[in-house]
Amino acid sequence: MTASTTAAPALRPNDFLNIDSLLSDEERLIRDTVRQFVAREVVPNVGEWFEEARIPRELANELGDLNVLGMHLTGYGCAGASATAYGLACMELEAGDSGVRSLVSVQGSLAMFAIWRWGSEEQKQEWLPRMAKGEAIGCFGLTEPDAGSDPGSMRTRARRDGDEWVLNGQKMWITNGSISDVAVVWAQTDEGVRGFLVPRGTPGFTAPEIHKKLSLRASVTSELVLDDVRLPDSARLPEANSLRGPLSCLNEARYGIVWGAAGAARACLEAAVEYSKTRIQFDKPIASFQIIQQRLAEMATKVNQATLLALHLGRLKDAGQLRNEHVSMGKLANVNAALEVARTARQVLGANGITLEYPVIRHMNNLESVVTYEGTADVHALVIGNALTGISAFR
Amino acid sequence: MKICVLVKEVPDAAVEKRIDPSTGRMDRSGEKNLNPYDTHAIEAAMQLKEGGALQVDEIVAVTMGPESAVRALHKAVSLGADRSIHLTDAALAGSDVAATGYALAKALEKEQPDVVLLGQQSDDGECYTIGAVVAEHLKAPSLTQVIKLDVVDGGLRCERQAEYGYDTVQVSLPAVISVGDAINEPRYPSLKAIMGAKKKPLETASAADAGIDASLVGGDGSRVQCGEFKAPPAKAAGTIIEDEDTDATVEQIVAWLDERKLI
Ligand SMILES: Cc1cc2nc3c(=O)[nH]c(=O)nc-3n(C[C@H](O)[C@H](O)[C@H](O)COP(=O)(O)OP(=O)(O)OC[C@H]3O[C@@H](n4cnc5c(N)ncnc54)[C@H](O)[C@@H]3O)c2cc1C
Ligand SMILES: Cc1cc2nc3c(=O)[nH]c(=O)nc-3n(C[C@H](O)[C@H](O)[C@H](O)COP(=O)(O)OP(=O)(O)OC[C@H]3O[C@@H](n4cnc5c(N)ncnc54)[C@H](O)[C@@H]3O)c2cc1C
Repeated sequence: MTASTTAAPALRPNDFLNIDSLLSDEERLIRDTVRQFVAREVVPNVGEWFEEARIPRELANELGDLNVLGMHLTGYGCAGASATAYGLACMELEAGDSGVRSLVSVQGSLAMFAIWRWGSEEQKQEWLPRMAKGEAIGCFGLTEPDAGSDPGSMRTRARRDGDEWVLNGQKMWITNGSISDVAVVWAQTDEGVRGFLVPRGTPGFTAPEIHKKLSLRASVTSELVLDDVRLPDSARLPEANSLRGPLSCLNEARYGIVWGAAGAARACLEAAVEYSKTRIQFDKPIASFQIIQQRLAEMATKVNQATLLALHLGRLKDAGQLRNEHVSMGKLANVNAALEVARTARQVLGANGITLEYPVIRHMNNLESVVTYEGTADVHALVIGNALTGISAFR
Repeated sequence: MKICVLVKEVPDAAVEKRIDPSTGRMDRSGEKNLNPYDTHAIEAAMQLKEGGALQVDEIVAVTMGPESAVRALHKAVSLGADRSIHLTDAALAGSDVAATGYALAKALEKEQPDVVLLGQQSDDGECYTIGAVVAEHLKAPSLTQVIKLDVVDGGLRCERQAEYGYDTVQVSLPAVISVGDAINEPRYPSLKAIMGAKKKPLETASAADAGIDASLVGGDGSRVQCGEFKAPPAKAAGTIIEDEDTDATVEQIVAWLDERKLI
């Protein structure tokens, strides 16, 4: 046995394993800043946004002032933060609501990243500084009514017509679509998959909002309809020439989800711990029943595991060692864990757990979108299975 | 002109404060943060700078404290200060309020600020006095508990929160002004500012560098000698009244107050 000279610090229920000690001062300050923003600007209002199925447009400007939008990109007004810092921000945003994190993911990791990685200098100059400030909103159109997990089967087509391109097709389930100033639209061409920047108001382009959602309600989800949309060749992302273009963006966003899911789970755990200590049944706080304690213990374990996994992927990414398959494992594990935590927390809250007065059912419902978008859990399991066996089971 | 903002590292508000039985002093271990009141002082400095009525060339954050206090300076700089000064020396440890105020005043003398801003109280010591002590040493007017600051006639018009109401005081510069948390809503530091904080100049000064007479600071130089510290008695559990029917709730509250002859 080895004797330790310094005493272990006191246990903190909201950071059981003292994962904080693995962060730098700067990372903590970034995390605390986003956490404070979420506590003040999101948490008190998001139940209402969810109920009314909206997200205020000004929130994007406020997030821009914080430099959260495209924070992991460099230049063009972006903060140039580390992947770990970006992850920490996603965790705090999603502890507020998956819809808010989605706004940031789609803006920064899908739309801005697509332009930053595959765009021309003119496209970057035109869009990135305004998008970083939240003055312009972007969306990312890959999924179609008949092409979800298999985006290679997309039907949206762009054909050359002299110096111009003509786009026809329909995109589905596009986050931020109706509020976007620019849509990154992926289309099949004779030369392979290409990306196009479609500004709001381009003739033939509309983005009707999708209603009747029971998940991610504090987020705008839309169709993109492209009916003989004419674009100059300068609207094409010149560096993207295959499906690798959109997939590279998705990988960025998924990485943020690995962290975000841990945040949503943490928020549910915190709500359940609080509730169980004050809710009296059978003359005692329900926290004094073993069944409840067992649930809390399992939830806390999942939250801490998820956070450690996210942090590990963050460190790998900052070291340039992160592979797509790692991100698949992170998304599969953390979103599934978060769903279990949310469902368990929901039960601990009894009937109160089904209302928007508490955050849990909102998170629970949101996570049903999170487990589906950016590659379903099944698809990520297949990616991992493929990596383990060398056998692709997709088709 | 130059504004100096005094800032302090304190235990984070979320950390439960307790007396360390081995030293008899407040246990200052654990999570620390920039004193929340000081964030209001920095914001006040930023608003003076951005307001444009005064030509503010520089905002300098100044702290006295151990090595870890650098983090409070980083935060102060991320909130807008242009550079920072860390007064740190083993000889300063254990200084009481008078000694701390003297030491800070010496550090400020070198800077010759036109305005010194600080939070009216620290989250740990809660003495409310550093501003007055610093002002005394700098021979500058002292205004405390200020909740409104306007530039009028080249000086500052301050609204003070007093026991009996509000004082409006016109002060010429230089002046030392401690602010309350009602003065403003501090901005969030942007991520760029947080990431840039380490790149802004930070000067470390010893007691000798600041021209401090070592016999006037530290535990020995302090005139306050602390005997025994005791934790306050635990508060009795309150009564929680569930608001099911507002009329009934009001009746219960009135009855409760009446019983205690409070109304
Ligand atoms: C709220 C929300 C926001 C979204 N935002 C965007 C956005 O901004 N941009 C965008 O482009 N898309 C977006 N999407 C779309 C999302 O990426 C797709 O829903 C996702 O890719 C799954 O596609 P699908 O819905 O067509 O499901 P399908 O692909 O039809 O899958 C249905 C089921 O079949 C399973 N399945 C499919 N293929 C296989 C296989 N080979 N083996 C085993 N099982 C399989 C899936 O796992 C799933 O369970 C969003 C979706 C939602 C819900
Ligand atoms: C939509 C809806 C409609 C309803 N309609 C009706 C209705 O028409 N009439 C009516 O009377 N009621 C109705 N209810 C109330 C419902 O019956 C209660 O929600 C249910 O009995 C649970 O009580 P609770 O919500 O107070 O949870 P609690 O009893 O506070 O339970 C909270 C958690 O603690 C656990 N727990 C409690 N006690 C123990 C213990 N001793 N040991 C271990 N775990 C424990 C529970 O399993 C749960 O996980 C309705 C509820 C809902 C959501």
